[in-house]
Order: sequence, then C-alpha cells, then structure tokens
Amino acid sequence: MSEKTPPVLRESATFDRLTIQEIQRAAETGIYDIRGGGTKRKLPHFDDLLLLGASVSRYPLEGYREKCGTDVILGNRFAKKPIHLKIPVTIAGMSFGALSANAKEALGRGATIAGTSTTTGDGGMTPEERGQSQHLVYQYLPSRYGMNPDDLRKADAIEIVLGQGAKPGGGGMLLGMKVTERVAGMRTLPIGVDQRSACRHPDWTGPDDLAIKIAEIREITDWEKPIYVKIGASRPYYDVKLAVKAGADVIVLDGMQGGTAATQEVFIEHVGIPILPAIPQAVQALQEMGMHRKVQLIVSGGIRNGADVAKAMALGADAVAIGTAALIALGDNHPRLDEELKKIGSAAGFYDDWQNGRDPAGITTQDPELSKRLDPIEGGRRLANYLRVLVLEAQTMARACGKSHLHNLDPEDLVALTVESAAMARVPLAGTSWIPGKQY
Amino acid sequence: MKTIDFSTSTVRDLNQALHDQVKNLEEREWVVMHPNGAHNLAVGVNEAVSVDIQGHAGYYCAGMNQKASVTVHGNVGVGCAENMMSGYVRVKGSASQAAGATAHGGLLVIEGDAGARCGISMKGIDIVVGGSIGHMSCFMGQAGRLVVCGDAGDALGDSLYETKIFVKGKVESLGSDCIEKEMRAEHIEELQELLNRTGFNEKASDFKRYGSARQLYNFKVDNASAY
Repeated sequence: MSEKTPPVLRESATFDRLTIQEIQRAAETGIYDIRGGGTKRKLPHFDDLLLLGASVSRYPLEGYREKCGTDVILGNRFAKKPIHLKIPVTIAGMSFGALSANAKEALGRGATIAGTSTTTGDGGMTPEERGQSQHLVYQYLPSRYGMNPDDLRKADAIEIVLGQGAKPGGGGMLLGMKVTERVAGMRTLPIGVDQRSACRHPDWTGPDDLAIKIAEIREITDWEKPIYVKIGASRPYYDVKLAVKAGADVIVLDGMQGGTAATQEVFIEHVGIPILPAIPQAVQALQEMGMHRKVQLIVSGGIRNGADVAKAMALGADAVAIGTAALIALGDNHPRLDEELKKIGSAAGFYDDWQNGRDPAGITTQDPELSKRLDPIEGGRRLANYLRVLVLEAQTMARACGKSHLHNLDPEDLVALTVESAAMARVPLAGTSWIPGKQY
Repeated sequence: MKTIDFSTSTVRDLNQALHDQVKNLEEREWVVMHPNGAHNLAVGVNEAVSVDIQGHAGYYCAGMNQKASVTVHGNVGVGCAENMMSGYVRVKGSASQAAGATAHGGLLVIEGDAGARCGISMKGIDIVVGGSIGHMSCFMGQAGRLVVCGDAGDALGDSLYETKIFVKGKVESLGSDCIEKEMRAEHIEELQELLNRTGFNEKASDFKRYGSARQLYNFKVDNASAY
C-alpha cells in the first residue's frame, strides 16, 4: 500500500509573502508605501533584559509600605525655571494635524492628572493643548510650522528637534486629507496640499551653529525655559556630546521603535538603531563629559510597561517618553473597532494607516465626525490610568531591587538574555559575568 | 534715547532691557554701540521700539521680532530677522545666508547682497534685497513676497508654495515647481508700492515675477523625479 505524502509548500525566507506582496504593490502603484507607527520587525529590546531582584547581598524595600520616589527635575543646567514632574514618564511630541484636537487635548488632560508633561509637534501649539497641559514642551522643528514667539513664551520648555527615531535624517509629511482649513491655517499652507516638512533646520547647519541657535532661544525667553534637544538614534554617542556642548539642558533620545504619523515603510524599518543600544552610548557620552544627571536624558521608542521604564532608567535614563503607547491608551486599535477597521483593509491590533485620516478611533484624523468619537475627558482619564500603572509597575520592580527612588536603579540591576542584548546594553549575559565587548 | 555700549554691556543686558519694555515702556529709541558682530542682538523684542545697531551683527539679529524697527549699520550674519512676526528690519550692508528664514510678517530690507537660502520657508514676510541673492533662495517659501533688485542664484523658489518672487536681474536657474509668471498690472502696482516703501529707486515694470506651478502640491508618481 502506498499513500502519497501530501505536498508541503515551502515559503522562501528571502521572498516571504510580505515581501512578495510589497513587490507586487510597488509594481502596481509605482510609489513607496507610507504608513504610521514605528518599526514592526523584531529587534533587541527591553524584553531581552531582566532585573535582578534583591537577594542576600541586596535588601528589598517593602512593596506597598516603603517609599520609592518617582519625581524628576528636567532642565536645571541653565534654565531659571526647570520642570519638576511627579513621574518620569512624559508624553512625546505629536502634532495637531497628525492627531485630532480632541486627541491632543486628551493627552494634555491625562498627562496633567498624572503629573507629567506633554509635547506639541510639527504645526504649532493649540489652545486646547496649552489649556489642558500643566507642563507643555513646545517643539522647535525644521519646518517651523506655527512657530511664534508668543507660544514660545507660553511654553514650559522648548524641544529643538534634530531627528526622530522612526526616521532619523528624514523630513516629515502630512498628507492632504489631513491638511484641513484649521491645520493649513496654523501652518500657512494651502488647504489639501501634501505637506512636506524639511529634514534639516533652515537657519543653522552644524553643532557650532546649534550653540548659537540655543543661545538665541534662551535670549528670547530670558533664560527661563529648559531647552531640550531631541535626537533620532543613529550615532547617539557623538550626537549627545555635540548637543551637550552646544548647551542643551535635556537630551531626548528616540529609538527606531518610536512612532511617526506618516513615513515611508522602508525608512521606518531600515534607518536608525533600537533604543536598547542607544541608551548606553548616550550615557557614556554624558558620563565622559561629567554631565550624567546634570543634563537629563529622556529616552523613547517602544516603552510599553513599567518593566521597560525601570530597565531604561537602570541603564541611565532620567525619564522616558511614550507616544504610540499613549495613543493605544486613548483607544487606538481597540478591539471594538475591529469591524470598522476591516472595512478599510486593516484590523484591530494591526492598524497603522495613521497617515490617511480615516482612523475610526478619532485619534489620527482631522475628519470632524471621526474626531468627535474621542471624548477628551474620557481619553485623558484612560491615559492617566495607564501612566499610573506604568509608574506602579516600575516602582514595584525598583523596590524589589532595594531602590528608594527610580533614579537609584543602575546597570548592576540588569542582566541580558542574549549575547546581542548583553553587548548592546553593556550588561552581563544572565548567569555569567560576561559583557561582550567589555569583559572577557 | 537709551544707549547700550557693548564695551561695557552684554547681549543679555540688551535683550533683557528690550524685553522689559513690554511691561513698562520707558524708552522708544535705542542705540547699540560697538556690537562687534555679536550674535542674537535684539531678539524676541515685542514692543514698538527702534533699535539702531551701529556696526556689524552676527547670527539671528532681530530674530522673532515683533513690532520693533531695527536698523543695522553694517553687515549681518546668518538668519537675520528669522521667524520675524511683524515690524521692520533694515540692513545697510549685506546679509549672510537664511535672511528672513521662516518669517511670518513684517518687512526686511537688505541694501546690499544676501547669501544662500534667503527667505527659506518664509511664511508671510516681505523681503526686499537691493543687491543679489544666493542659491536655493525661497526654498519651500510658503507666503509673502521676495523682491530682488539684482540677480538670483541657482534653484530659486525650489518646492515653492505661495510666496511671490520678483527679480529684476538674471536668475541662474529655477528650482522644482517654480516658474516665471505673467507680470500683470496688479503685480506691478503691488510691487511698486513695496519698492517705494523701501526707498529703492526701482521701476516695478523692470521686474519679472516667479511663483509656484503647483504641480508638486500632491504626490504623484509622474512627478517622482522632481522630488
């Protein structure tokens, strides 16, 4: 008796289904794919690190009884009015235009309830956002859309954006369907154009110029506001040194997992480095300059839970920033939207067409009807809840490591699960004392 | 008249004193002596004062100006009147690159030449240059008017939105999506009015007008080579 073995279809590792589909899509349209969000590929990340709880040599703190501080002061190097946040989790820059006014308001409300800051984006500051944000960081971007000295004076800090983790070296875009009358008015653009944002600043070209630019902004604001410099992670060791030398009070370092409102898929997936190897490089640069903890380091790009917060801080960050996770907390990709998302070719948990303005959650849209779906008060409450959970989780881990403040976490509290993550994070491979590239 | 002399005062002294005029206007006329090319002179001023800078200025002179009238009796560095919102800035000499960058309003007059990227990303300002301008000027210009009494360098008005450009002399080359447009009677009238305000003895009818072809306003596959 001979029974035929059923054939097994072998998928190519090089030309897998996604690759084939992308080649077919490119052949049909002749244009690259644009989407929102951050990289989707598997990368070395905080999941590849573990925290070492207390043992005989380390004394843990009582979980719910002993204090574990969470506050952070940002910008006390030069600014007369540094920012004092209750928690070290901030909201990253996201523009009105990319996001609806209700979403921006919800971010401000949630951040304020939780005692942290939120950040404007390309396109300027909205009254909704300023009104609801106790601590608002005003971004100074290459496009200077909506930039004006009145809003500069209203800000609590100013963030000079040199790059973004999702697209270091790339400019921005806001497709025409989101350039409504209000968005176009704020940016001085014709309604409905595919708005391009320049990739580099129009009036300075290098680190020496940056120092003069920082001095100009300090002069305009009478040295009151902290000046942040935001860097997309690619060469953080050198970039951090140059930014600190130029006079930054705070460095914001965004890894390639950080999201974007609209960028070419190929850019998101192939440019920049993950946040995990970026942090130790930045910390090394600060330590060599004697500036660690004097110039604060905020890191972002794939922060999802309190473990990520604790690990980032153990690696030397003073605070973290969240963007994508904050949108998810507001309601992005919620399962209740699954049917509607399927109608536009996606599904809950997969939706990344933040560029096209059809977001049924009312977050990444300028459509007035869709925007109404997001209640900014309820959204703010959800975000505040999420922020509280992040901090509670981080505190739980810090206490287990015997730390009375999140800032007391350090690299000795960490081990790595893989050789790659050990090398990148510069912590020992679990069960060994081996840090690849450092100790043998 | 209040005099700030940089042999004994600093940029901080000057700017703080000018900013304080918003709270309590004590002096409308200010003179800066011995500026020696200092950066960030008279930045963020938000009051209708006049500031006379008796010498050369460095980067970002009169940056983000609101309401003030600033005259520089010399040359200026990069980014003069950058992001100006309103008011008047006059440079008696020449300007380095990015003069009037991203500025929303007011009038910038440069009696000499201006370097590269003059009026880059301008958002409503009027810029009038008595001499010539460098390459990539008015890149991504969004609104306002750029007037050049001399010549313009390469790639004028690249990726232009709605800025109007008037050039009397030779244009080395036009950037993507920038085209020459008909100089109609209304354009001659508005340009002559602007020229008269600057004190330049020029005839508007001698100028050519350039603007956006508006072909790159929305991404199209057929335009891929232009991006």
